[in-house]
Amino acid sequence: MSNKGRFLATDKIPGLLKRLGGTYRVFAPVKVSDTVILFHEFKEGAQLALNKQATLPPKEILFPQTECLLSYTYHKDPENLEKSEVQVEETLEALPTIIFGARPCDARGLMVFDAVFNDGQWRDPYYKARRKATTIVTILCTQPENTCFCTSVGGGPTNTEGSDLVLTPVTGGYFAEPATEKGGALLQDEAFALGHNKADEAREEREKVSLESELELDGIAQCLLELFSTDFWKQVSAKCISCGACTYVCPTCYCFNITDETAGVKGERIRTWDSCMFYQYTLEASGHNPRPTKVERYRNRIGHKFSYHPTNYEGMFGCTGCGRCIKACPVSLDIRQVLREVKVHG
Amino acid sequence: MANSINPFLPKIGTVLKVVQETPNIKSFQVVLNDQERMKSFRFEPGQAAQLSIFGVGEATFVINSPPTRMEYLQFSVMQAGEVTERIHQLKEGNPIGVRGPLGNWFPYEDMKGKDIYFIGGGIGMAPLRTLLLFMLDNRKDYGEITLLYGARSPQDLCYKEEVKEWEARDDMELILTVDREFPEWDKRVGLVPNVLKELAPSPQNKVAITCGPPIMIRFTLQALAELGFKDDQVITTLERRMKCGIGLCGRCNIGTKYVCIDGPVFSLAQLKELPPEL
Repeated sequence: MSNKGRFLATDKIPGLLKRLGGTYRVFAPVKVSDTVILFHEFKEGAQLALNKQATLPPKEILFPQTECLLSYTYHKDPENLEKSEVQVEETLEALPTIIFGARPCDARGLMVFDAVFNDGQWRDPYYKARRKATTIVTILCTQPENTCFCTSVGGGPTNTEGSDLVLTPVTGGYFAEPATEKGGALLQDEAFALGHNKADEAREEREKVSLESELELDGIAQCLLELFSTDFWKQVSAKCISCGACTYVCPTCYCFNITDETAGVKGERIRTWDSCMFYQYTLEASGHNPRPTKVERYRNRIGHKFSYHPTNYEGMFGCTGCGRCIKACPVSLDIRQVLREVKVHG
Repeated sequence: MANSINPFLPKIGTVLKVVQETPNIKSFQVVLNDQERMKSFRFEPGQAAQLSIFGVGEATFVINSPPTRMEYLQFSVMQAGEVTERIHQLKEGNPIGVRGPLGNWFPYEDMKGKDIYFIGGGIGMAPLRTLLLFMLDNRKDYGEITLLYGARSPQDLCYKEEVKEWEARDDMELILTVDREFPEWDKRVGLVPNVLKELAPSPQNKVAITCGPPIMIRFTLQALAELGFKDDQVITTLERRMKCGIGLCGRCNIGTKYVCIDGPVFSLAQLKELPPEL
């Protein structure tokens, strides 16, 4: 891999992104305030923030918070106003896209999406088309944060799963190595210089990274099932205020709602992110709610990520250890602590 | 992209006929506008579909006409929420979206040669109707067929015309019950699980299939257990609030299973393997 590596100097990045912007939609992490970094479509002069995990994962680029699934138009029969017809049109559109500066946990999060939306029994044509049109450029983490626990859930700061092009921070820039053909194609750009003299430094940087696996999750799926009908969940979820922040910042959460929005005779069927932490999520028209309190909802969220999802998808946790739910939680619920307790009590 | 490979895209249909079944339940006979699609539409007894009122949304209903009678697809809809309220306003000739078939179906192959005991309550009769008609259309494949059907009151019984036909048939037995006494009601009175216990069918070579309100199902399952039915002799259908209907949106899971793709039909044996979250 390293003999194909190229050097990307930090000061060449804005020019690279501008040129790529001619062919692709290019998203990169941009500093929007002192504490917030978001993936925005790159514009010249934007303040790139490549040395830290973004506040939100880039999942929105492939799975938008709001997207139109189809549009419809009613046609009234002028001869008979009681009679109407409806015409439905698919609105699928997938433009060539680059996500520049994802983290290994973000890229791996998309693999959870792939298992559900791309390879499952029913494929999601909207996600599938965008995924195919998207190239992921990942920056490996040489300085994990204290909320990071990717190594506990099967990933790692230098993990390249789900990435197309991998950047390792080195002096003066990044050493770029393709992980797929799609990623390799980007190396044609003039911003990438010969990099063989940086290959060793990149390797050393990767070897230096240390993030111990702090959680022992073997057998956790079974522990969760054993705890299902106990008071454990009441205690664990006591602090939770059902705000749903943990699900919105999560690179693997994909629950959605579908609603219609109409103006006059035209309208759109909209898909929006939803959250299993909300009461309305499972509320049935009859008034029955199978997960009526935060206790059942919290149990389902942890159960889904660490028991149901791995059972259904070859052991893959629905968690990449990015730690964003820990940072975003307004009542300081720490999923790592919950998982430790599951192992103790389960 | 062709419509057929986008599972979110409903096919457009037209309401052929509306039948007022009870004060709050109507049946809708629907045909797909594309005749070729209608001709090639295949489903199994027990499968569901999402009905769309564009501008209001979608809701899931079992296709309660059997695949042996494909002149139209029938859906029985109880008015319960926003979408069902708008479906109830539909008239003959109005357009409606149909997305399906969705989910699994009754294991009717495994039931061949067995006696079949249907136990339905209220709108829960809808999925049972599909399988009952299917079995009556393939009558020689099955043993004795019994239907115990209950509702709160005589006016809450669906499919009144068919009920008369079923009553007249000599190749099935029909037992009707309502929750309490009503003038001019000369049939059984009592809650379905209690009537079931009085009738005490033998579990010998029998499959019991039940659907109804959650409380009825719960006590019916208890009654069946008391009568000696084993968990794999009892089949029920579940409901959950479903949005996508294809196992993606996340809300209808019970543990690892999604009611929209792994159900709605489950045997009691299968249900007992799942976390208790009904």
